[in-house]
Amino acid sequence: MSKADAVAVVLWIGVTMYAIFGGADFGAGLWSLLAGGRDRGRRPRELIDWAIGPVWEANHVWLIFVLVVLWTGFPSAFEAVFSTLFIPLSLAALGVVLRGSGFAFHHNARRARGRLLAERFFGLASVLTPFFMGTVVGAIAGGRVPVGNAAGDRVTSWLNPLSLMIGALFTATGAYLAAVFLVSDARRARAPDLERYFGTRAIVAAIVTGSLAAVGLFALDRHARYVFDGLTAEALPLVILSALCGISVLVLLHRRALRGTRVLAAGAVAAVIWGWAIAQHPYLLPKELTISAGAAPSATLTALLVVFGVAVLLVLPAIGLLFTLTQRGVVEETSGPSPLPSEGEA
Amino acid sequence: MAFTLGFHIILASLGVALPALMLIANYRGLRRDDPDALKLAQRWSKAVAVTFAVGAVTGTVLSFEFGLLWPAFTGRFGAVFGVLFAIEGICFFLEAIFIAIYIFGWNRLSPWTHFWTGVPVVITGLGGAFSVVAVNSWMNQPQGYSPTTGKVTSAEPLKVIFNPAVPYEVPHMILAAYLVTGFLVASIYAVGMLRGRHDRIHRLGLLIPLTVACIATPIQFAVGDTAARAIAKDQPIKFAGMECVQKTSTHVTEYIYGRCTSSGVKGGIGIPGFDSFLVGWSTSTRVIGLDSVPADDRPPANTMLHWAFDTMVGIGTVLIGLGLWLGIGWWRKRDFPQTRWFLRATALSGVAAVVALECGWIVTEVGRQPWIVYKVMRTSDAVTHADGVWITFGVILALYAALGAALIVTLLAMSRRWRSADEEDDGVPYGPEPAPPPDLATEAPR
Repeated sequence: MSKADAVAVVLWIGVTMYAIFGGADFGAGLWSLLAGGRDRGRRPRELIDWAIGPVWEANHVWLIFVLVVLWTGFPSAFEAVFSTLFIPLSLAALGVVLRGSGFAFHHNARRARGRLLAERFFGLASVLTPFFMGTVVGAIAGGRVPVGNAAGDRVTSWLNPLSLMIGALFTATGAYLAAVFLVSDARRARAPDLERYFGTRAIVAAIVTGSLAAVGLFALDRHARYVFDGLTAEALPLVILSALCGISVLVLLHRRALRGTRVLAAGAVAAVIWGWAIAQHPYLLPKELTISAGAAPSATLTALLVVFGVAVLLVLPAIGLLFTLTQRGVVEETSGPSPLPSEGEA
Repeated sequence: MAFTLGFHIILASLGVALPALMLIANYRGLRRDDPDALKLAQRWSKAVAVTFAVGAVTGTVLSFEFGLLWPAFTGRFGAVFGVLFAIEGICFFLEAIFIAIYIFGWNRLSPWTHFWTGVPVVITGLGGAFSVVAVNSWMNQPQGYSPTTGKVTSAEPLKVIFNPAVPYEVPHMILAAYLVTGFLVASIYAVGMLRGRHDRIHRLGLLIPLTVACIATPIQFAVGDTAARAIAKDQPIKFAGMECVQKTSTHVTEYIYGRCTSSGVKGGIGIPGFDSFLVGWSTSTRVIGLDSVPADDRPPANTMLHWAFDTMVGIGTVLIGLGLWLGIGWWRKRDFPQTRWFLRATALSGVAAVVALECGWIVTEVGRQPWIVYKVMRTSDAVTHADGVWITFGVILALYAALGAALIVTLLAMSRRWRSADEEDDGVPYGPEPAPPPDLATEAPR
């Protein structure tokens, strides 16, 4: 494996993390949007608000990680993608900012007045960002991003059947992940009605996602030959793995046996992402730019790998520390008297 | 980009310096057994979390802008300056984790252990500031890559990281973060005191940040002076733009404000020979003028650039005066001056410091034009060839207005709750995950 390949792996780890955690966050926003009016949607939204929790924007870290590794390790690919795909990426960024203002409103608009408006706003953002990220991926896979400063078509690159399909697939995937996570959260909150509510939605989302993925394969066959060939050859084991994970989740949900559903759902998504990478290998931009041709100079790649290594050494123990403390704190809390009611809803 | 950066820089300054204020209050609270100081520290830690979270959003937008607005710049030089952003990323991630530990650890960890979990927040804040400012420094003093034209094929990361502008740009920004944060926080408590709230929380809340800011400001002045002299040497056209020096000459007049025209400065207050003196400690120092380079190699909007510089220096001078006022009051009465005038001045100092901060950024960014990488790449060559930039600008403008409003509303609401003694910390970003709302449960606990 070359240094450039190693950096590509680092990049892909970031992409996977963002897809899972960011996807789940956006999916939750979508469910919030679809939850219905003020009364009907109150309980699901309450669960979602609690479940997303105060740490939602840790997801941005993965996004920034991906952007930084991309522009440092593969700068010409970064330039090509961001210039040709100016429109969908701007819209995705818009979604990110909307989501960002979201938490501030949310924290404050416990009063019902501003709240429903805020919910609608963020539901919108939750659809925008994954959808347009998906169109970007579709454009890349479809070979519509040439090297250079906005050298590709700024409209048809993302406004075409394949790109739009993948956009829909991303949104559905986010909804799927969120629903699966929320079923477990509902169980923790001891709300069996919400368990059923999100359980149904998880199953529906799984079927929708699976169907979109299948249609996506057809679209890839027609519009992105190289990637399709890769998916049906080298990457086939991962595609099958993804399908198997997805089916297992369906079975477990049906049986209300929640243990492992989150890991398997995340696994299904991760498998597809790595499958895509392997299918596209050795191209960053099929069939324009290979990983080695688009890679930064050797010293930069080394520096990037060193920084990543240091990050793992420093960050993992820190996360471990936080996790241990939270677990200890939770244990202390639940072993005491019943928790104080949270500050009134009104 | 200037707009989003101008917003981000305020939040980032708070993210860098507010944790330090929080720890100072924490330390005092533990050392002197002072529950008011501890309460301040706890409240400030939550304010850190909120501003940090919003700062993360604005930071994400900036990352997108590197690609959306300047793809050619990032495409050509991303491999050179990118490593610094990777380092900043680690610092940011660690800062987020430790602020979460710190907030969570209140009353759950032993007091001194808890204090020490806040220290990494300050250190990583400094690290992040260093990395990001080092990128800007590199843009002003590019080195550590080759070849000098066309696609970069080799880089020397250490030379990029430790480029010649770092020794003055980095301290200048870090000190700016501390003085802006100090004056802003102090001004909030000053307003509270002007409204009749004279409790100990307000006193301490004013004194701690104001002291930090008043110590930082004179040091910042000296660093700024050094920076200006360095720029006169390394980026003479930027300096000429800042000071409206048209012709290369000696005995150059220093102008305070005034209008910069191609035939000299009109209006303003002129101090003969002073500009030369500031550059080289002698009125016969030669200062390079704007006409030593062709017109399209000069920075635009000279008058605005000059006014921004003079405003920044002017505000800095006034703030030093505020520091002296505090210092003299302390020396005489072991307390800050109890007059309403002092409180009013402090109340204004926060906004003034922010204005100085933004002026400083205008100076360095506009002054560097027409270059995005000084003498290497023009801004006009770095910009995207996609259309629609103005539309996105309009949208971002509207959104940031909303975001800013939301942030201020949130902080105000938090302060209102604190006043009514409601210290719940669920829902704070990075705070502990609250227990599930009990009214969600429809079955009994197991």
